[in-house]
Amino acid sequence: MPKSIILQSEQGIIHKLRNLDWAFIALIVTVASIGFTALYSAAGGSFEPWAENQMKRFLVIFFGMLVIALVDVRWWYKFSWWLYGIGFVLLVYVEIMGHVGMGAQRWINLGFMKLQPSELMKVALVLTLARYFHAATPEDMKRLSFLIMPALLIGAPVGLVMLQPDLGTALMTSFAGVAIVFVAGAPLWIFIGGAVAVAAAIPVGWHFMHDYQRQRVLTFLNPESDPLGSGYHITQSKIALGSGGLKGKGFLDGSQSHLDFLPEKQTDFIFTLWAEEWGLAGGVALLLLFGLIIWYGLWISLRARHDFGRYLAFGLTFNFSVYIFVNIAMVMGLIPVVGAPLPLVSYGGTAMLAAMIGFGLILSCNLYRDSKVTRI
Amino acid sequence: MKRSAENEKFTRRAFFVGAAQGAFLVVLGGRLAWLQIAQGSRYKTLSDENRINTKILPPTRGQIVDRFGVPLAVNNQNFRVLIIPEQAENLEKSLRALQKYIDVEESSVQTVLKQAKRSPKYVPLEIKDDLSWEEVAKVEVNLPDLPGLSTNVGEIRGYPLGEATAHLIGYVGAVNKNELTDDPLLSVPGFKIGKSAIEKTHDLAMRGKAGSSDVEVNVIGREVRELKRIDPVPGERVMLTIDGELQRFAQKRLSEQQSASAVVMNVHSGEVYALASYPAFDPNVFSRGISAALWEELLANPGFPLTNKAIAGQYPPGSTFKMITALAGLKTGKITTNRTVFCPGHYILGKGRFHCWKKGGHGYVSLADALAKSCDVYFYQMANEMGIDAISEMASQFGLGKNFGFDLSEERPGLVPTRDWKKARFNETWQPGETIVNAIGQGYFLATPLQLAVMTARLVNGGYEVKPRITGYIGDKNIAPQKWPKMKIPDEHLKLMMQGMNKVVNHERGTAYGSRVKDPPEFAYGGKTGTAQVRRITMQQRAAGVKNEDLAWRERHHALFVGYAPLDKPVYACAVVVEHGVGGALTAAPIARDLLVEVQKRNPAGTPKTVQTAPASETQTKTKKPI
Repeated sequence: MPKSIILQSEQGIIHKLRNLDWAFIALIVTVASIGFTALYSAAGGSFEPWAENQMKRFLVIFFGMLVIALVDVRWWYKFSWWLYGIGFVLLVYVEIMGHVGMGAQRWINLGFMKLQPSELMKVALVLTLARYFHAATPEDMKRLSFLIMPALLIGAPVGLVMLQPDLGTALMTSFAGVAIVFVAGAPLWIFIGGAVAVAAAIPVGWHFMHDYQRQRVLTFLNPESDPLGSGYHITQSKIALGSGGLKGKGFLDGSQSHLDFLPEKQTDFIFTLWAEEWGLAGGVALLLLFGLIIWYGLWISLRARHDFGRYLAFGLTFNFSVYIFVNIAMVMGLIPVVGAPLPLVSYGGTAMLAAMIGFGLILSCNLYRDSKVTRI
Repeated sequence: MKRSAENEKFTRRAFFVGAAQGAFLVVLGGRLAWLQIAQGSRYKTLSDENRINTKILPPTRGQIVDRFGVPLAVNNQNFRVLIIPEQAENLEKSLRALQKYIDVEESSVQTVLKQAKRSPKYVPLEIKDDLSWEEVAKVEVNLPDLPGLSTNVGEIRGYPLGEATAHLIGYVGAVNKNELTDDPLLSVPGFKIGKSAIEKTHDLAMRGKAGSSDVEVNVIGREVRELKRIDPVPGERVMLTIDGELQRFAQKRLSEQQSASAVVMNVHSGEVYALASYPAFDPNVFSRGISAALWEELLANPGFPLTNKAIAGQYPPGSTFKMITALAGLKTGKITTNRTVFCPGHYILGKGRFHCWKKGGHGYVSLADALAKSCDVYFYQMANEMGIDAISEMASQFGLGKNFGFDLSEERPGLVPTRDWKKARFNETWQPGETIVNAIGQGYFLATPLQLAVMTARLVNGGYEVKPRITGYIGDKNIAPQKWPKMKIPDEHLKLMMQGMNKVVNHERGTAYGSRVKDPPEFAYGGKTGTAQVRRITMQQRAAGVKNEDLAWRERHHALFVGYAPLDKPVYACAVVVEHGVGGALTAAPIARDLLVEVQKRNPAGTPKTVQTAPASETQTKTKKPI
């Protein structure tokens, strides 16, 4: 083993901590704090019932993130299959439990939080794909048979999530997977062909959609057609955003949110609450912070000296960005309501856990960017 | 090296994805700017519409008072007991508990329970209204045992004089669809407007202006706070020329008959002091909501309690009309003070035989005698000589046949027949015999008691064309009396009429001598009796000497009297009509006497009016408890 790598992986814990990318961590804490502020406001100026819970959770998960960040990236490389397996089993478990008579249940109740395996599965999928493509040769990438495995890795959890049924999460999961396959160097024609195939499949997919999913698409296309029915969420969210104006209505003064016109204000529509109270200025500031995190994540990905780190950091950053785009585009009425939280900001344990695990792994990639990861 | 080529590819593709992400962020920022800046004002409006609920605050209705400020229509407190379902642990239990303290009908309980299922839990539901003080006290004291209950006070229109002013003041009621205007008040549930008489005439002035309260509501409509409040402007107080006490006296006096009406007014200013019609109804019942049974009963009553007969009852004026015929005769020169006519008890014109009311006849009668004794033959003769045109023209001059444009829209015009009218109505020419019948106020002439009172006023006020007025002040604005034009009637003619009318009452041969005022002498009055035939008296009945009193009530004559007082300088005029009252001297004159004595005693014309500006709120609030 080269000397430098030994040094890096066997440095003292203090030294490692010091070497963590604290600017990146500061960005994360800033965005999370915006979340606390918004949740405090969502409760009408109270830490109960959301902000306090969220802060406690963040504190615990934050230390979890640091631990993940300090763990040698090669450890994650080694155990990625295991993690994939655990995630898959949990997914199957909720699928079976759902069938056993609890309706469309997507979570496991851990007592202190409700864990959605599909969120964890996304991280596990990125880990596994990063490992699979690690040190893959260009020749490998040209072989179609080499891409059968990733297709299965992506397809299995996506299929299960679709069965839940949760079309939004299924799509987002597959996006993250496909993105890694893309940057890993798979032939372009696969993606072009895939896009054409998806376009052709839309009518078929429509046929297999649940009624409520169809309704979501229809009301997305014309939300005002049914302002008190299923278009209500989008319409009220747009009213809240629009009425915020440039400077917003002021902290704790978002009438749409506080008078309950805005549904799910503490979870999926938290961005709306934020932009209603803080206006375009606050909204753009939050978007910029997210942009910085994404840019930072990509930069870490490009800096990594090993494929595993590159793909891992890229995949996780991409996953994070998909969440942001989907959530914010949804509350602005750009895409149908899919029920995706805004990571770090929305109230909820799983989404935060998944995002923070991702950041831990990204930080780990950064800390161990020069490690030699041997293909096993 | 292969690895670096692969790295380059990764970098390229990662950059591509990164650029796409950046672009997406720009799209999101752009969308946010579009919503918040370009569409901002539109969404701001929508947001306000969402959260702001404007409630209309109804104003207090203006009072109606008499000329002395005595209230005739007020706003009484209406105590209600309400329940707010969300504050009651158990709705039915609370209602049952309430039944222990006050009397609540089972049907009300069931209604509340039903309503509670349909409306949001924070909406108060009315259990009972019109509570007595005692009931309010019982509820208030026991509130700890009555979770969710509260009392509250609203307003209900009340009429202190009740039946006495029913026709005069009218009543209020719910707004009909065709009464809706752009006044938002009319759409307020439970809002009431004037439906008849003064309540209707001055509705707009008394209604006031709506206030508004902008309340912030949440998504389920619960009020969170009040943002802006514009207080309602209370309606204006209306002061009438009526003397409430005299009105009450008149109504009471009329109630001794089955169906009667009377008007007392000032001969110079036209101010009406009393305008009564019996039978009447209790307007307080109307403002609370009348039952179908009571309504049916009112409709079926032969005395037409829903009609203000003082202005809408049209009667043949009978002999009260004779002054008009006399004036027409004087004007045409057919009547002179020297000329007498012999009355044998009947008058023969062609084949027709026209009877005087006195079977044996009056012998030779002069103008003064003809009025005092009400000799028909005298007027038959004169009418036949002058023709209908002169009579009709004189009748019109004295206010008959037309609406005055009185403040009560229920007034009817009566009828003054002319040749043209008959042609148009029956397509027949006027017959001389008709002139004779009409000359004594029978036939086609119709007049309302108000018109008869105005006619009398014009006879005794020096010949001024006075018109009746009933509104004194609206708010503090004086509805100023007009200067009435003088009619082209020689003063000596009018003097002759007054002399004749004096004799009717105060000469021992006068028809109303029995109803003269003996004591005190300064309250003496003059007037004219009238008896209007309801049906033609058959020859057989005349031969058999059937007395009118013996006929069924419906077939008896109407009794009329017009009068004035004092004798020398008249101030007050009065008209009384007793439906089927047999004879003017018998039933109408005593009432007129009492009214004229009472009005002279009270002397409303001599009492300076005290004008009080209407207080801002005319409802005294005993307890205030917001819902």
